[in-house]
Amino acid sequence: MPHINLPEGLPGITAGFAFRPETAKPMRELAHILLHEPSSLTPGERELIATYVSSRNCTTFCELSHGAAAASHLGDPAVVKQVKTDFAHADISPKVKALLAIAGKVQQDGKLVTAADVEAARKHGATDLEIHDTVLIAAAFSMYNRYVDGLGTWQPTDPAMYEQMGHQLADKGYREASVRQPVEVA
Amino acid sequence: MPHIPLPSDLPGIRGAMAFRPETARPLNALVEVLLTGPSTLTRGERELIATYVSSRNCTHYCHSIHGAIAAAHLGGNEALVKQVKTDFTQADISPKLKALLVIAGKVQQDGKLVTAGDVEAARKQGATDIEIHDTVLIAAAFCMYNRYVDGLATVQPDDEALYRERGRRVARDGYVTVSEEYLASHAR
Repeated sequence: MPHINLPEGLPGITAGFAFRPETAKPMRELAHILLHEPSSLTPGERELIATYVSSRNCTTFCELSHGAAAASHLGDPAVVKQVKTDFAHADISPKVKALLAIAGKVQQDGKLVTAADVEAARKHGATDLEIHDTVLIAAAFSMYNRYVDGLGTWQPTDPAMYEQMGHQLADKGYREASVRQPVEVA
Repeated sequence: MPHIPLPSDLPGIRGAMAFRPETARPLNALVEVLLTGPSTLTRGERELIATYVSSRNCTHYCHSIHGAIAAAHLGGNEALVKQVKTDFTQADISPKLKALLVIAGKVQQDGKLVTAGDVEAARKQGATDIEIHDTVLIAAAFCMYNRYVDGLATVQPDDEALYRERGRRVARDGYVTVSEEYLASHAR
């Protein structure tokens, strides 16, 4: 049960957003810019970073919804699973691997990122903006994950719900609500 | 030295924000709502939560500037800010704020550590649902701001006077207003 009186039937962050629209607005906007707006990293690559960080923070709702968005962009659920379990052996570019190494450190503590980590990413073609956005995506998901967990939100595990949400997020982004009405899952 | 080329005259998060004004806007909008918007928690209390979380994350820039902003709201009481960072249980703050700081400290580690007992304890001291919500989100948001500032290896000066002066300005004018200046002066 959630720690506060959140609207019933809304999963994960959508309940926090419905409870407090004033803070939802900039949080949605930030996710939309980082994950959905044009970038030299594909939306699928950026969703993989968000999924990886959420998976390391063990936040079910974020891991499954962004994993589903990544799978929708990439048309490949297996690669999403491989990134979560061991990205070093995933079928992704060396650049994204180097960026995931940075994201994993930011998830723990930003101070762990070394000049060598950044150099390795640059060697594989990462730009300053891509490095910036990787750090900020990892930092932002350290927020979203704690928000979802810290309120004790309802985090269903029904794959069908996330698959549908993933397509919608991949298609429309984050400015509008991905769940508009209470959902019922088995 | 920062990991990417950030404007050298802007320390901490300001350099990162000037580098990427598109993301700076929602980042400033969020902190403005949480720390300066209408709330039953005072601005000083909310800045203390931000300072405490930043201090636990050992992010020098954030705990120094938010500590200075907190002090500016609290009549210049820097000793109180320091006491909250070192041991808030002995600080001269309300029992409600102490209970909220317990929740914030758990969110700083992992949101899943917050228990129904922690929330009940805060309610017993008069905390409302929205105060509990905002405490969780302030703590979560500072886990983002802190990682952003540290993860880019931004410049984090030691000079206390710099934070004190800046703290007074932010306490007076708010985050969005002061950010407009440095975002405009570094517009690409």
